[in-house]
Amino acid sequence: MAELTDLERDALTELVNIGVSRAAASLRKLVGEQILLSVPSLEVVSQGVAEALIRERETGDLVAVRQDFTGAFSGRALLIFPHITGVQLARAVLGEELDGEELREMEQEALAETGNIILNGCLATMANMLKESLSMSLPQVVHGKGDDLFDLHGQTEAPGPVLFLYINFSVRNRDIRGYIAMLMNLPSILALKSLVNDFIQRVMEDGEQHAS
Amino acid sequence: MAITILIVDDSKLARIVAGKAINSLQPDWQRIEASNADEALAVVDSQAVDVALLDYNMPGRDGLALAAELRALRPTMPIAVITANTQDEVIARARSLSASFVAKPVTEEALQGFLAGAALRLRAGRK
Repeated sequence: MAELTDLERDALTELVNIGVSRAAASLRKLVGEQILLSVPSLEVVSQGVAEALIRERETGDLVAVRQDFTGAFSGRALLIFPHITGVQLARAVLGEELDGEELREMEQEALAETGNIILNGCLATMANMLKESLSMSLPQVVHGKGDDLFDLHGQTEAPGPVLFLYINFSVRNRDIRGYIAMLMNLPSILALKSLVNDFIQRVMEDGEQHAS
Repeated sequence: MAITILIVDDSKLARIVAGKAINSLQPDWQRIEASNADEALAVVDSQAVDVALLDYNMPGRDGLALAAELRALRPTMPIAVITANTQDEVIARARSLSASFVAKPVTEEALQGFLAGAALRLRAGRK
């Protein structure tokens, strides 16, 4: 029931791709270097498998910007970096001239702002294309290891499938890499499936009207 | 002779959307689809392709890498790279390959200029 058809998966990947590409164009203005993105990966998996995927990807200390979204569909979006990357990112945003202490003070803010640009930008574009609106929580900077960041047990009330979506990103000429992840639980997957189908319907009809 | 346009995108939905926009703007053009760079090069190798529309963010080689390969094979072919990723480097790279830039999601409006320009250039080239 929670599984996506090929066309639903295709459409959702495309929506995320457009959202994150636009967000990257905004972030590029802030860091002054090109942002490189992978094609989004999208999987409907059990909560246990999602946790394992996270553990496998990153074993060290991580820093993440976390934003929860609510609306027609709800979930959690994260921008995750290895801990050391957080400092590099702050330096890229704030400039090389800041010294150690100033940099540490500003690091959280630089991370929160970067997360906000990427996560909010991506979700806002997706919501617009799905003709829905989403509310976003304020960005929260969290430190920890893989599954601490997702806090999956707190997020989903019932065990069940989750939609796990991630995109690798890096900044050219800087030692900055991380990934964007989104998690949604079953009720949200079903709501999203229905919105994605409406979207598919709209783009198909649009073309036909213009062709006639 | 009919003009043939090659649409390269890993998303089937995006190919359908682009195909429909092309169909309403240039109903006489023949459309061929490919879902990655290798498929696209195989198509170009095996049949006449006049115009190419390439998605930027694809698994394997991206649309700009494909544009560079196509440009080497076909120095005058009208090529457009489609993306929502409007970073300066992406646009500059497209320009350096003499490729146009079309914003995603693809609409008739966004494609109109590129297709009209391509049609003109092809007509001039065939005279």
